[in-house]
Amino acid sequence: MADSAERPLLDDDAGPLVRPYMASGGRTAPTASLDLLTLVWATGRLGPTQLEAELGEVLLLCREPISVAEVAAHLRLPAMVVKVLLSDLLDLGAVGLLSPDPAVDTTDRTVLEALLNGLQRRL
Amino acid sequence: MAYNGDSDPRGDPVPTAVKLLVAGGFGAGKTTFVASVSEIEPLTTEETITTASIGTDDLTGVGDKQTTTVALDFGRITLDAQYILYLFGTPGQDRFWFMWNELSEGAFGAVVLADTRRLEDCFPSLDFFERRGTPFIVAVNEFDGGHRYGPEEVRAALDLDPGVPIVLCDARDTRSATSALVTLTKHLISVAPTTV
Repeated sequence: MADSAERPLLDDDAGPLVRPYMASGGRTAPTASLDLLTLVWATGRLGPTQLEAELGEVLLLCREPISVAEVAAHLRLPAMVVKVLLSDLLDLGAVGLLSPDPAVDTTDRTVLEALLNGLQRRL
Repeated sequence: MAYNGDSDPRGDPVPTAVKLLVAGGFGAGKTTFVASVSEIEPLTTEETITTASIGTDDLTGVGDKQTTTVALDFGRITLDAQYILYLFGTPGQDRFWFMWNELSEGAFGAVVLADTRRLEDCFPSLDFFERRGTPFIVAVNEFDGGHRYGPEEVRAALDLDPGVPIVLCDARDTRSATSALVTLTKHLISVAPTTV
């Protein structure tokens, strides 16, 4: 068995060798209310190197406001695990967050005009 | 909103996320469409969904809960300093229907992709958005080798309301897919109640 321990068992395509929930210490419930579209950003109060590896990795991605979904995709972790990690960072004051307003007005003309202009610029 | 008015460390206002959905049957081109319009490499995330049975509390409910992991495609378009558009491809498989309610929460509208070779595959999407009152357009994805139908033929076949726009599109083409989003947005503006 010593032999197999010395060479890499799997390539990148196989994904991480530890189960994703190891990263969140086995926790599956974030303490903060986070949606896939909740935007998070680093407050600058703590640097990535002052944190445990997983938390530092998450924080590195948050230099610009970024959605929970994007953080999860970049780290190839389930969204729930990322939500737990982000809750920890929030508790530490390392990130700020803005969740989508559940009562968002989806017929708001200001937003719709911004959407139209933004899309038309790309044509 | 507790966090409204927050700003990031540089003092810039935090942008607002706007959500649109891309729906359609399995293989209708949702992933391709999202990839074509996204400014970032299209990403896939896994969302864990817990479906708790009614009347169960957290202490005793472990045995009554089922968790399922659903892969979601999404893309991003920065509209301006204030708004970011996120585009979510809805899960195509029927067994993920329960996801749709959550995804549609706060969505401004949807593009339903139709494949004329399997038009019936988009019926469930149309039913869902009609029932929910989410405005949508139909984009007929023109696959190579598929028979070409005119928009009105598709409208008749889908029994669509005359107010629902239908466009032809090539999901692989950025311009074509973006045009479909422009058509959707114009439709959203036209159905939005005018402010008095």
